Amino acid sequence: MLFTSYGFIGFLLAVFVLYYLIPKKMQWPFLLIASYIFYFIADPRYLIFIAITTVTTFYGAKVISDKKVAFDGWFKEHKKEYEKEERKALKAKEHSAEKKIFLACLLFNLGILAVTKYTNFTIANINSLLSAFGRADGISFVDLIIPMGISFYTFQSMGYLIDVYNGKHEAQDNLFKFALFVSFFPQLVQGPISRYHDLSQTLYEEHSFNWKTVSFGLERILWGFFKKLVIADRILVAVQAIIADTDTYNGFYAFAGAMFYALELYADFTGGIDITIGVAETMGIKVTENFIRPYFSKNIKEYWNRWHITMGTWFTDYIFYPISASQFMMKLSKKSRARLGNNLGKRVPVYLSSFIVWFTTGIWHGASWNFIVWGLGNFVVIMISQELEPFYRWFHSKVHVRGTFGWRLFQVIRTVLIMSSLRMFDCYRDVPLTFKMFGSIFSQSSLSQINAEAFIGMGLTGFDYLVVFVGMLILVTVSLIGRSGSVREKIYGLAAPVRFIIWYGLFMATLVFGAYGIGYSASQFIYNQF
Amino acid sequence: MMKKFIAIILSLVIALTGIFLASKLLEPKYMSGILEGAMIQEYYDDPTDHNVVFIGDCELYENISPVYLWENYGINSYIRGSAQQLIWQSYYLAEETVKMEHPDVIVFNVLSMKYNEPQNEAYNRMTLDGMKWSSSKVNSIKASMTDEENFIDYVFPILRYHSRWSDLSAEDFKYMFHRDKVSFNGYYMRVDVKAAENVPEGRPLADYQFGDNSYYYLDKLTKLCKENDVKLVLVKAPTLYPYWYDEWDQQIKDYASANGLDYINFLELQDELGLDWSQDTYDGGLHLNLAGAEKLSDYVGNMLTTEYGIPDRRDESALNEYWDKVIERYNAEIERQTTNIKLYGTVHGPEEQ
Repeated sequence: MLFTSYGFIGFLLAVFVLYYLIPKKMQWPFLLIASYIFYFIADPRYLIFIAITTVTTFYGAKVISDKKVAFDGWFKEHKKEYEKEERKALKAKEHSAEKKIFLACLLFNLGILAVTKYTNFTIANINSLLSAFGRADGISFVDLIIPMGISFYTFQSMGYLIDVYNGKHEAQDNLFKFALFVSFFPQLVQGPISRYHDLSQTLYEEHSFNWKTVSFGLERILWGFFKKLVIADRILVAVQAIIADTDTYNGFYAFAGAMFYALELYADFTGGIDITIGVAETMGIKVTENFIRPYFSKNIKEYWNRWHITMGTWFTDYIFYPISASQFMMKLSKKSRARLGNNLGKRVPVYLSSFIVWFTTGIWHGASWNFIVWGLGNFVVIMISQELEPFYRWFHSKVHVRGTFGWRLFQVIRTVLIMSSLRMFDCYRDVPLTFKMFGSIFSQSSLSQINAEAFIGMGLTGFDYLVVFVGMLILVTVSLIGRSGSVREKIYGLAAPVRFIIWYGLFMATLVFGAYGIGYSASQFIYNQF
Repeated sequence: MMKKFIAIILSLVIALTGIFLASKLLEPKYMSGILEGAMIQEYYDDPTDHNVVFIGDCELYENISPVYLWENYGINSYIRGSAQQLIWQSYYLAEETVKMEHPDVIVFNVLSMKYNEPQNEAYNRMTLDGMKWSSSKVNSIKASMTDEENFIDYVFPILRYHSRWSDLSAEDFKYMFHRDKVSFNGYYMRVDVKAAENVPEGRPLADYQFGDNSYYYLDKLTKLCKENDVKLVLVKAPTLYPYWYDEWDQQIKDYASANGLDYINFLELQDELGLDWSQDTYDGGLHLNLAGAEKLSDYVGNMLTTEYGIPDRRDESALNEYWDKVIERYNAEIERQTTNIKLYGTVHGPEEQ
């Protein structure tokens, strides 16, 4: 069920009305039923996968948590009876038992994700290797279903398991409450990847109808629809045309395509997240923010702190830190410092950990080399910028531009250009072709290449471009206003007629200028596929 | 509290008015170019009770002239026709018609039997948008929708036509709340001539059997007419294309005889009609022009009078008053098209081209 489909809107209306009509203590069980119905509509077979992940994670975490509580209680009582070494041994033994359960559960669920998403990718690579060695008989591909949102709910569940294992919080006692955390329908399709301690604070609470909360939620949903339908799905037509005809659309048009795609991806993904957050908010549930004006970032590191935040923090907390603090890395750090000196040596484990994180980030986005190269491209850019840090310091000591508007603008434009260039791997979905098209920007761009007919040939009219442009202006304006506090709070403070004009204007703009319905091919949200 | 309540009501009224106005502006008007989309809704403006209602596709609304039937036989008739009207759409138009009035005869053109499933959204719209809301319209929509369509798009036309914002013209503003008449009691007039030459034989089909769905609605139409004491007459217009296969013809003959219906295949009566395919068609044999339509209308008028006892009502002043206006428009349109042919070589004036 697409967020922008009539079916979803109808489903949402029904859920919303019933949510506030039923007894409050029934609200969270009702949401669980609604979430499973939502998933069932998508494909009944998906339910098996999400149920398996839910049950195994729930019991895995519960056993670990109960063991922890029992051991801590027992240890508190009896620790005086043991020597220091014995206490250490007891703790280690306990930890080892927990670790076995933890690893079994973690590997089992990540295994499901790996098998469903990466089996055919692995087979394709094996076949490529075999054919390189002259073996024509490859392995046959397998027909596997990839459950909707599996990357999101698996990561969310594993985050919970890791937190319980690390003692950040106790396990949830109620299987059904945990099932709702895993399957909460607004965020099931494209995230964000919520943390249990964040989402659980409002997910199971009883919520009374609150006009301000509901109107804020509806406003957020509307804003998401505006971004998705008016901007993303409209410019998508041009993006698809550019990708489909690389002979015609190279050079300057490859650059235009990269810019269009950057806009489309942003409007599409943030629009989807706005709908998710808005839907949850109408029911009084607070879902973590996933974007904070990423295209205003002054460098790539900052960009990744503002773009798909929940994914970034997940990889940082659950992959980067554990790897960089692992015994192996400690040893590597020692060795590399001894061999390469303190300065360079201490960076080796950090970069290696970063490399692993970015490789994983790439492959998490999709089972293909373009995503892996995209991920590693980010790693390379971040590494280079860190290595250039001394140069920047020297530059700023000589040229006093730091802090000026011009310099900040330069940084923002630089970030947009770098990120858009890297996104070309995502856009063309073909590594050699991406390099070719990126190269063509420099080798084939010319002023004579630019003409209005070519842009119209992409399937959009002048009016369409105007709509996209105005939509983008609105997007930028809202982002700028948002820098000094909540835009919705600001709107809420305005006189009622002005509020009405803003909401109604946005609604009518979406209704009239949205690229939906017959005549437009309904496009999936880009992040639905993960 | 009261203030807030009034504010909410006022906001709703303004919001709904805005949507209504936008919807009215954006929906296609069919006042130039493709006129067929405006024809279905014109029926509701005719206050008279019809003795004969023709229901079907372009093989009726381009080939029979109710004006001719009135002027020459005093038959008060209407064509509830639309482009590529499918049989279930014809059925629901008939169902609606017998709810609204009681014709003596319903004439149905059988070409649409060849379509067993929904075909085309644009044609659906031209038939369905013009219907007034009723259970007939709801059921017709449900029966007609292609996979890409949604019922809600019919309820709120703005959801379907919002994309026309970039195609808006002066016509859209002019006809927001009213429409000019484009037909003459459902007849679409063309006076130009394009001779039928080398009309191809139909290619052999793998299967000539009409579909179950088509028969289902033909059965319903038959039952509807029987239950409401309306004479149902099946016809096949005399036009040469789309090709009408003998195997199809036989099926209709069998059906008609099994159900006690009359079936007239005008393709077999071309000589009696006096059709001249070098003069009586405007598009090479697909449809008749005015000359051809009046020839066919003459035969049909005679048949309706002699065989079905349709009365001559030219002595009714209210009807005369109504028809005088239609005839005035009819003659003006003949004049307009004839002048355009002389000046521009086509029936369309420069503003339509």
